[in-house]
Amino acid sequence: MDRLFELGGEFWVAAAETLYMVALTLLFGGILGLLIGIALYTTRPGSLTENKVVFNVVNVVINFFRPIPFIIFIPAVQPLARLVVGTGIGNNALIFALSLAASFAIGRIVEQNLLTVSPGVVEAARAMGAGPFRILRTVVLPEALGPLILGYTFVIVAIIDMTAVAGYIGGGGLGNFALVYGYRQFEPVITWAAVILIVVFVQVVQFLGNWLARKVLRR
Amino acid sequence: MPLVALRDVTKTYPSPEKGGDPIVAVDGVSLDIEAGDVYGIIGYSGAGKSTLVRLVNALEPATSGSIVVDGRDITGMPERELRSLRLGIGMIFQQFNLFNSKTVRANVAYPLKVAGRPKAEIDSRVDELLDFVGLADKARSYPDQLSGGQKQRVGVARALATSPQILLADEATSALDPETTQEVLALLKRVNRDLGITMIVITHEMDVIQSIATKVAVMDSGRVVENGDVFEVFSDPQRPSSQRFVSTVVKGIPSPAELEVLRERHEGRIVTISFRDGDASQSSVFLDLANAGLEFELVYGGINDIQGRAFGHLTLAIRGADAATDAALRRIAERVDVTEVA
Repeated sequence: MDRLFELGGEFWVAAAETLYMVALTLLFGGILGLLIGIALYTTRPGSLTENKVVFNVVNVVINFFRPIPFIIFIPAVQPLARLVVGTGIGNNALIFALSLAASFAIGRIVEQNLLTVSPGVVEAARAMGAGPFRILRTVVLPEALGPLILGYTFVIVAIIDMTAVAGYIGGGGLGNFALVYGYRQFEPVITWAAVILIVVFVQVVQFLGNWLARKVLRR
Repeated sequence: MPLVALRDVTKTYPSPEKGGDPIVAVDGVSLDIEAGDVYGIIGYSGAGKSTLVRLVNALEPATSGSIVVDGRDITGMPERELRSLRLGIGMIFQQFNLFNSKTVRANVAYPLKVAGRPKAEIDSRVDELLDFVGLADKARSYPDQLSGGQKQRVGVARALATSPQILLADEATSALDPETTQEVLALLKRVNRDLGITMIVITHEMDVIQSIATKVAVMDSGRVVENGDVFEVFSDPQRPSSQRFVSTVVKGIPSPAELEVLRERHEGRIVTISFRDGDASQSSVFLDLANAGLEFELVYGGINDIQGRAFGHLTLAIRGADAATDAALRRIAERVDVTEVA
């Protein structure tokens, strides 16, 4: 316990790093994933702007990258990280890899949630003379908003989990803190302190997500 | 010139199996729908009626044939032009298809926003429409707070928002209980009468046709097998599928099984007399029987009112001397159809 108080400052820095990585991943991965999900939804056969080529290409790309374990995915995209963020190590390189990995998962979740919107509602909008882009923006996305919020909540929790491996390429965060100061130095109290804070983050996110979804769904 | 004219319209879908025959949903249909008609299209599920109605607003493109709406041929029309065409054609659905994430007010306002109307106009038009369907107090409610009948009334208000010339109703009452069905049908009648909107009403329920349609087409396996004035088709259906539909609402000539029961219960001769608007009146027929000294009772059938015209089949059990009965029936047969059924 004493050791934890000695490290007090670093513990809070690690916590801030976790939040920083999660926030930026959510920003980049969330937007990219939303676009991928929308692309899958709108180009699928029989949908708003059916396009077999785009649908199949996006589908295959996602199915190729999704099964790669994240810990292997990080070094695999390291050259690309150097190109895009200028470095292959540290928090920012991790954010790059994590955003990419998350966008594929988010893409699928967005696609699935958009598919829950009744085709009849889309048909009704078409019968009123609305075009595909307007239908997407004013009907499909608002109708799917509740499930989308829950889907993103699920993803944020997964991203919090995944930031734990940042230490692997020299990044920080609570996961790295637990490994470096807890696990390697035989200080279970420190490991558990990090664990508890991560659990608190997850609980807060889940609570906010559920609350917001409930508000949107008015249930 | 008809408002909607279909000529030899066919719609096929590719077979779900590779190399299989294409599925023919609509097969060479020609129909003329005049302005002001309430045109009922009846058929069993799978008869192609839902596909047919979607050809009129081009939600589905026709495979061949021509579809002329308000003087414009819509087959092969580019999507952008079709969108403006659809502003002039309202549509309501079996499952209502309201936007659950929007209030009643926003649902009704939606087509007006699509049409690019200014906000002030949208606001006053939505008030007017909600008033018309009797839901002014529900403007701020969400669809899941409404009953089925209320949802369909919102659907009607939304479909009428852009003041269309044509309203398409796809099984609009099929998800409703009998009482709310009547309520929605009464509203549709008002839409046709007060606003002069032409309607195409798809249904599998003959009583929907009976209560609101002026013309009817009977569909079977993608074809229109019989069409015409509702009164004509109801009082004298020609094709077996039309007869089946008519028999669901009209108690006509008793079936052999029903006859057997009647035979057991009643003495004397059993005769069906068919009345049709303009023929001899019932009272003159009954007078003839009474004057011949015959005893008779009504055992089966009824008189139907379609568009203010009456027709029906009355089956009577007649007791009395055979010669007197024959003479009386001959006299009656000069004026109306008489069939001795047992």
